[in-house]
Amino acid sequence: MPGTDPIELQQAKRATSTRLEDPMRRRALLLTVLLIAGCGGDGDEPATDPATAPGFPVTVGDLTLETQPTRIVSLSPTATEMLFAIGAGDQVVAVDEFSNYPPGAPITELSGFEINTEAVAAYHPDLVVISSYAEVIPQFEALSIPVHLAPDTPRTVDDVYRQITDLGALTGQADGAATLVDRMTGDLAALVERAPDRPEPLSYYIEIDETYWTYTSDSLVGSLFEMVDLENIASEPGSVTIQLTAESIIDADPDLIFLTDAAFGVDAATVAGRDGWSGIQAVSNDRIVELDTDIASRWGPRIVDLMETVVDAVSRVP
Amino acid sequence: VRVRYWLVAGVVAVFGAATAGLAFGPVSLPPGAVALEVLDFLPGVAVDSGLPERQAGIVTQVRLPRVVLALLVGAMLALAGGAYQGAFRNPLADPYLLGVAAGAGLGVTVTIAIIGRSTTGLPVTVPLAAFAGALGAVGLTYLLGVAGGRDRSPPTLILAGVAVSAFLAALQTYLLQRHIDVIREVYSWLLGRLGGATWHDVRLLLPYAVVVAVVVLLMRRELDVLSVGDDEAASLGLHPQRSRYLLLGAASLGTAAAVSVSGLIGFVGIIVPHIVRLLAGNSYRTILPLSMLFGGAFLAVADLVAHTVDAPREVPIGVVTAFLGGPFFILVLRTARRVAM
Repeated sequence: MPGTDPIELQQAKRATSTRLEDPMRRRALLLTVLLIAGCGGDGDEPATDPATAPGFPVTVGDLTLETQPTRIVSLSPTATEMLFAIGAGDQVVAVDEFSNYPPGAPITELSGFEINTEAVAAYHPDLVVISSYAEVIPQFEALSIPVHLAPDTPRTVDDVYRQITDLGALTGQADGAATLVDRMTGDLAALVERAPDRPEPLSYYIEIDETYWTYTSDSLVGSLFEMVDLENIASEPGSVTIQLTAESIIDADPDLIFLTDAAFGVDAATVAGRDGWSGIQAVSNDRIVELDTDIASRWGPRIVDLMETVVDAVSRVP
Repeated sequence: VRVRYWLVAGVVAVFGAATAGLAFGPVSLPPGAVALEVLDFLPGVAVDSGLPERQAGIVTQVRLPRVVLALLVGAMLALAGGAYQGAFRNPLADPYLLGVAAGAGLGVTVTIAIIGRSTTGLPVTVPLAAFAGALGAVGLTYLLGVAGGRDRSPPTLILAGVAVSAFLAALQTYLLQRHIDVIREVYSWLLGRLGGATWHDVRLLLPYAVVVAVVVLLMRRELDVLSVGDDEAASLGLHPQRSRYLLLGAASLGTAAAVSVSGLIGFVGIIVPHIVRLLAGNSYRTILPLSMLFGGAFLAVADLVAHTVDAPREVPIGVVTAFLGGPFFILVLRTARRVAM
């Protein structure tokens, strides 16, 4: 498995990027962002590197890069993980405040949620990678800074592979990206193989926070878990996250409960102690699984680690 | 006679709302069994409802505390609204327009963001922080309202409240940006969160609610006298300022306690006392108890709508109170054809 030594995981757990990457939180911040982002103007010229790597110019979507970028700013923790995993880490000069993995990433106080165009421009980037707030793209364009959007709305593992491949092309690390995708594909297939076969799928509820926001069957998590015969109690086509009522969770009687809010003080004991929850299969059979908050909310290379935890949990169910 | 008739109607509304809240939900359960289960939950009564453990839990551990909490919160907000309107002699006074809710909100945000969530489980920290914020806000509004115009005229006071609200909201937003990890928790809470109601919340709110209700209801006569004017009140042997401070303190404590368990739920504090006023007359001896009854019933119904209309999803309760309350208020206003105050 890529990068799962305990110290790194501890470091990742400490930070709290995770729940930032969900739609509700983004909506909440949107207004502020619009207000704060309202400045801009003439800025620095992009740093140009005359040493052109083979394969450039390269075009991904609407974006064409004439030369290989050497001053990348990543404003997305997931994109940061992808960039380092494909071997483009040396080209990254700054990452946002929540890019806590891998530990060597050049973490700064830049925010990926209130994107301050001027502060980013101060790093003289020749490529900026964002995962949300596409509305700042015109500002970067006005400063002639290339921007790539790796959106935070993947629904399937293929969306993840596509983002990795795109980043590989843009950074001149297409080989590294292809290797990573192959390795992830192989690892996931092995995990699916390892998961026990069952006549009936197990049902699960995955908790984002203690007001019962959850990932649905239509989210990336939903599609990943489905690969190992897990069935989401929140089947809501079209929505990645929804807020459930306690009553419907109890009634759905999930076999397993996954917690992504363990880093926020919600652990198995908290859930087991909730009024009226003791009769749920997952609670009475002690099958509440605490997931790493960062890993569970990002869609980078470490979805393999996420699936390993999940398969371990599923395998323990008789 | 007419007052007694309305009191009976209020009690009926509370029981009706509670029954509906227990009988209906995203999960359909047989009403007879639900009734037996609730009876069984009462101390000293033991009957077998025949419901399996999980469904019994839904009735007594999910629906019942939720209904009770909605009744208490609705009663507190409506009572506080009525008390503010009387104490300020201002029909527009309400926990939201006066900045009280924003102050309580800031208090809770500070607690969650800075002190950290591990301590928010303490039964005292959050209500006290909310109360401090609420009192600070209402004090600020009051001072600004007095400084800005003679005799706390209605528009000046409300303008002061709006300014205070905006100021406190700005502080809160800044604080959230600095503590972005709690932003979802705080926003879920801002939109109202009866969805997580537990018996723990009920136990947290109940003592405050009882104290506030007793204090405010005991002062209903003073409120009637105050509504005539400070000079007249003084000539009747009252200390208008002292009564006013006591009322504001009690109403702010009620608001703060409600806000700290349920989040910001708008519309109840201003609409319910006015509907009561339009229907049952202008005396605070009627307005206050009826506001509690109808406020509780209204919020219980709104909460039922919030968790059933889009089941299994939860709709924020504040959305429902405004959506139901706004049109209903206009309807009452038009049919009653009487000008309040």
